[in-house]
Amino acid sequence: MSSAVVRWGVRRPEMLGLGALLLAGGLLAAVGTRLLTGPLAVLALGTVFASIVALVVVATMGTPETRRKIAPYGLLKPGMLWLALFYLAPLFTLLRLSLSTLPSRFAVEANFDWNFDNYVTAFTDFGPQFQRAFMYSGIATILTIAIGYPLAYVIAFRGGKFRNLLLGLVVIPFFTSYLIRTIAWRSILSDNGIATGMIGKFRLTWMLETMGMMDNGRLINTPAAVIFGLTYNFLPFMILPIYVSLEKVDVRLVDAAKDLYSTSTSAFRKVVVPLSLPGVFAGTLLTFIPAAGDFVNALYLGSPNTTMIGNSIQDQFLVQNNVPLASAMSFVLMLIITVFVIIYSRFFGTEDLA
Amino acid sequence: MSDVVIQLDHVQKSFGDFVAVEQADFGIQQGEFFAMLGPSGCGKTTTLKMIAGFEQPTSGKVLLNGVDVSRVPPYKRNVNTVFQQYALFPHMTVVDNVRFGPKSKKVPKSEYEPNVAQMLEVVRLSEFADRKPTQLSGGQQQRVALARALVNFPSALLLDEPLAALDLKLREAMQFELKRIQREVGITFVFVTHDQGEALTMSDRIAVMSDGRVEQIGTPEEIYNSPATLFVAGFIGSANLLPGEVAGTDGDDTVVTLTAGPTVRARTDIIRRVGDPVSVMLRPERLTATAEARADGRSIEGTVSDVVFQGATARIVVHLADDSEVIASVITGTDLPFLHPGSSVHLSWDPGSAYMLAGWPRRPGATASDIDTLEELADS
Repeated sequence: MSSAVVRWGVRRPEMLGLGALLLAGGLLAAVGTRLLTGPLAVLALGTVFASIVALVVVATMGTPETRRKIAPYGLLKPGMLWLALFYLAPLFTLLRLSLSTLPSRFAVEANFDWNFDNYVTAFTDFGPQFQRAFMYSGIATILTIAIGYPLAYVIAFRGGKFRNLLLGLVVIPFFTSYLIRTIAWRSILSDNGIATGMIGKFRLTWMLETMGMMDNGRLINTPAAVIFGLTYNFLPFMILPIYVSLEKVDVRLVDAAKDLYSTSTSAFRKVVVPLSLPGVFAGTLLTFIPAAGDFVNALYLGSPNTTMIGNSIQDQFLVQNNVPLASAMSFVLMLIITVFVIIYSRFFGTEDLA
Repeated sequence: MSDVVIQLDHVQKSFGDFVAVEQADFGIQQGEFFAMLGPSGCGKTTTLKMIAGFEQPTSGKVLLNGVDVSRVPPYKRNVNTVFQQYALFPHMTVVDNVRFGPKSKKVPKSEYEPNVAQMLEVVRLSEFADRKPTQLSGGQQQRVALARALVNFPSALLLDEPLAALDLKLREAMQFELKRIQREVGITFVFVTHDQGEALTMSDRIAVMSDGRVEQIGTPEEIYNSPATLFVAGFIGSANLLPGEVAGTDGDDTVVTLTAGPTVRARTDIIRRVGDPVSVMLRPERLTATAEARADGRSIEGTVSDVVFQGATARIVVHLADDSEVIASVITGTDLPFLHPGSSVHLSWDPGSAYMLAGWPRRPGATASDIDTLEELADS
């Protein structure tokens, strides 16, 4: 016998890899949703473990051909298992809960009985909250584009050696917690706060009231304050992707456009804007989706008349204890956002993302 | 000569204290293939940018078809540029790139569409019209850039190092391609290059620039055979520059006593008095190696120090009496038994091959870069 290590040649390594991946992912999701319990769950987890071991063994002992083909599945596995346990399983649980009924007001466990009434209630009772959520987050998204695009443009094209410093300043608010920053704005915008004081001093109250940004001399607890908070909090998420896409734009293209009879304005419109759209698109997703589900800004800067769907979901989950209804509301929110994003990406979408 | 399309009228460009272009004053003719040649930093690209409108002269005027455009922005000038890295719009297809100019100019679609099709035909890219620039090779991108500029039928096409980004083989093919396209469309081409071979191959006239100054403007033959300055002599091709003093005249020729010893006869276009410091330029390929001296004062004697075989020719390095080195390029195959290191040799030339210039070179003999190249070859 030679001393060479025995190499295992598996005939269809990619099928083995994919099979092990799907089996392990499915079993882990099943355990996570508590479809499998007790000894079955132990068995399932054992199988998941065994499939990982099998993959590692094949990947280290296999022939070069086998190893090359199985490697991608090995690299996918940690991420896929993570998603199976912490994304697929909760999603399925939420869907199941949204179709369940609470036997009584104070019951802890809901019974699964294909109860679609939760969805009807979500639509009929929470229409205004849904509307506000999408209106506020929509306006905030447009405002972040309006404020963030010029800022990203200046940093990318005029930043020079201060580029990194300016980018650092954009990110610096993240060093303070989201919650604390929002609460800080509450005190700034409050009736005795500095903002209201300044507006009064410069006699701008009347103007802002006409624009609908103040209500009876108050800044706080108005829709404008909530939108302002959302805009403030999500601005960096708009600036950074736009900056990244602008930074990649070759300035010589602007020269080329000018050489081909375009003014600076139309060179910007026809060359820079189209090339930066992927950044605007990414920024919109990063802003609109979390803003639509946000409850912190409405909670601290708004009033009961400005509650967004996020507040209602939180209320149903944690205060009213109506888990099935809250789950249904979450699902409706998710569905509407998905539809919005699909429509949006059809119009603006770039090959990169859609 | 025909009409002047571009006229630079005492154009000066400074960046702070640095003078990038000094008193550029020349005209470019209609239909001409005009090259601006020089080492990097000589001001050739700055000159091109002033013609395109991306830079404005500090003083002097740029005239386009007789109109002063010195302060006119690029988009109002009827010249187009082929940029060094092409600068094609990556989000547009080839045909949309070509349409960009006429569309911006608000030319009616019915008018420009035939031109767009024709230009794609000229650059042989019709079947790639719907591709994105990233799906094309370097040479194809280059041709898109050409079509995009030419479709506007500019008064002049400006090309900024158009071949620098291509590999050697493609570059040679594109030289002929550019020449063909230029003949086909009949538009004035002004191109900037640091590659003397490119300039000599393609241009009708060349402006050689150095340190912001135009050293000489002329046809490739004029510049090669009768360089106006020592810089031009050394920059274009290989040259042996031998310092000496004017001793007198003999017919059309000037008699020069070389620092290295011998007295030789040279052709010249400059007027010098006896005793003036001058240099005699000898092109390596115009020199022949002989065992005997030539009687008419058209040869110099030296010692062979190196023979580098290069196939059709061999380059020999010859040490003169004053220890300067001269390179001669001789045809191999002929029996030249005396050509081995250490042997004595006479380098001779035909009437008209030696050319006299004003001034002394910084270093007598062959250009330093030529010596270095040959030494490397000899060592390997």
